[in-house]
Amino acid sequence: MNNTLKENMARSIFMMAAALSIVAVLIICIFIFSNGVPAIKEVGLFHFLFGISWDPEHGLYGIFPMIIGTLVVTAGALVFGVPLGILCAVFLVFYCPKKLRPKVNVIVNMMAGIPSVVYGFFGLVVLVPFIQTMTRTNGMGVLSASILLAVMILPTIISVSQTALSSVDKSYYEGARALGASHDRTVFKVMLPAAKSGILCAVILGLGRAVGETMAVMMVAGNQAIIPFGIFSGTRTLTSHIAMEMGYATDLHRQALIATAVVLFGFILIMNGIMTLVKRRMCHE
Amino acid sequence: MNKEIHIQKTVEIAKKKKKKSTHSIASVLVWASALLVVAVGIGIVIYIMIQGVPYLNSSLFEWNYSSENVSMLPALINTIFMLILSLLIALPIGIAGSIYLVEYAKKSNPFIRIVNLMIDTLSGIPSIVYGLFGSLFFVKFFGMGLSLLSGALTLSIMILPIIMNTTQEALREVPMSMREGSYGLGAGKLHTILHVVLPSSLGGIISGAILAAGRIFGESAALIFTAGTLAAVSGNIMDPARTMAVHLYALSQEGLYIHETYASSAVLIIVVLIMNGLAGLIKKCSERNTIHG
Repeated sequence: MNNTLKENMARSIFMMAAALSIVAVLIICIFIFSNGVPAIKEVGLFHFLFGISWDPEHGLYGIFPMIIGTLVVTAGALVFGVPLGILCAVFLVFYCPKKLRPKVNVIVNMMAGIPSVVYGFFGLVVLVPFIQTMTRTNGMGVLSASILLAVMILPTIISVSQTALSSVDKSYYEGARALGASHDRTVFKVMLPAAKSGILCAVILGLGRAVGETMAVMMVAGNQAIIPFGIFSGTRTLTSHIAMEMGYATDLHRQALIATAVVLFGFILIMNGIMTLVKRRMCHE
Repeated sequence: MNKEIHIQKTVEIAKKKKKKSTHSIASVLVWASALLVVAVGIGIVIYIMIQGVPYLNSSLFEWNYSSENVSMLPALINTIFMLILSLLIALPIGIAGSIYLVEYAKKSNPFIRIVNLMIDTLSGIPSIVYGLFGSLFFVKFFGMGLSLLSGALTLSIMILPIIMNTTQEALREVPMSMREGSYGLGAGKLHTILHVVLPSSLGGIISGAILAAGRIFGESAALIFTAGTLAAVSGNIMDPARTMAVHLYALSQEGLYIHETYASSAVLIIVVLIMNGLAGLIKKCSERNTIHG
């Protein structure tokens, strides 16, 4: 009797611990949404999302520049990071000598471990001055942020695509080679397309990391709350927008920042949704 | 058998032919991009080390931070406090939750799917949103103020996905026969879990905990609005605490102490890399043990 009681108690404790992750997500949603939505109501959804000026002193709360900033910087990071990451994954799976592979993977894992402030600091002392002297602009802007983010999402893209590529059935490779296709042709025309859902997962994960990155972007993007007008123009992303002004914001200003987090949250939830869909499709294939 | 040898020979001949052929554009491209990635990775670490390590001196490790010594010791100690506190909160919850998902819940139970979906969602939330949530929930709603405790609670939610994913994986790797053997000897379910399953999955769990610790060490965005930026050793858990990553951010924003900033980031990189290396090593060792044992 005593034993059954103990077993049942343990079972319910374990279950409560597992349920805690659901509770955490719910509480985060409730707190962010309940604090942010009133501000969106007060400003007006349209004015909040598509207002082009952010000027809390004059009661203007438009986050459109930050949305565009996030999209542009993220797109830039993908332009640099995705081809490089996929090619590197292809190298690791199909071109790399066996002895070299673990060593390259150690370096990729190392890159994944470097904290984002360190990336930011590196960007600030190396990348920004470099772009400054090359282009005679102040160096902080879309391009710096995109390059830095590309480096930061590389490990994610490489390791996930690597898994996808190496889980493609080996018979595909042998079949294509038997039909007379060269190694390169087989890899790029057969193996790469066969792993496309996994690689899509890698890109979406990288995208998520790029959208959510705060500190590193904040340190190199210049942070002007304007719609970027070129690749050297300063820009501000949703994340750095929150981080920059949260320290001193009060009242509606503060609520508007939380509302910005609501928008960011929406972005992330949409991406998670796409991710789940892609994964499900992968299972059906 | 003959056929196999024949195929092998053909493959070898084909390989030799390939080696003789000039490098194609594709292979050059692939090699070049891998080289670039490796160069960037190594370049960043070596650059920071070269610029930072020579400036590591005793004044950087003085007990009290001042604008003269720019000591990183308070931040380092706070980070260790933060690490211990977050792991103390997140590890029991994460391990217990994973035990339920792997050992108790039936595979078809939708609860497993929901919890894992929530874990995925948690791991996708940007750290600044955690920071914002922490400042609304722990700092304001529960009135904990900017403190070590608010920061640790926020971080413990953030690292929960890492711990639950690695623990679930480690528990699944324990062979069914070990559990059945334990039941056969008359042990109850709880006894089996605590004395048979958990000990043999310890390696995986520890490596997950160390990964989480690395994440805590490098986290800044979630801590600025929950643990504050006061550069002093915090005496108790309700004191504000500046951790290493926040310290590094603060220094680089001030822009006055460039050598000290390099030195601090070198320390940060070294610690995080050691942690990640350790996590990998422990995981590898425990995998080898389960295969042989």
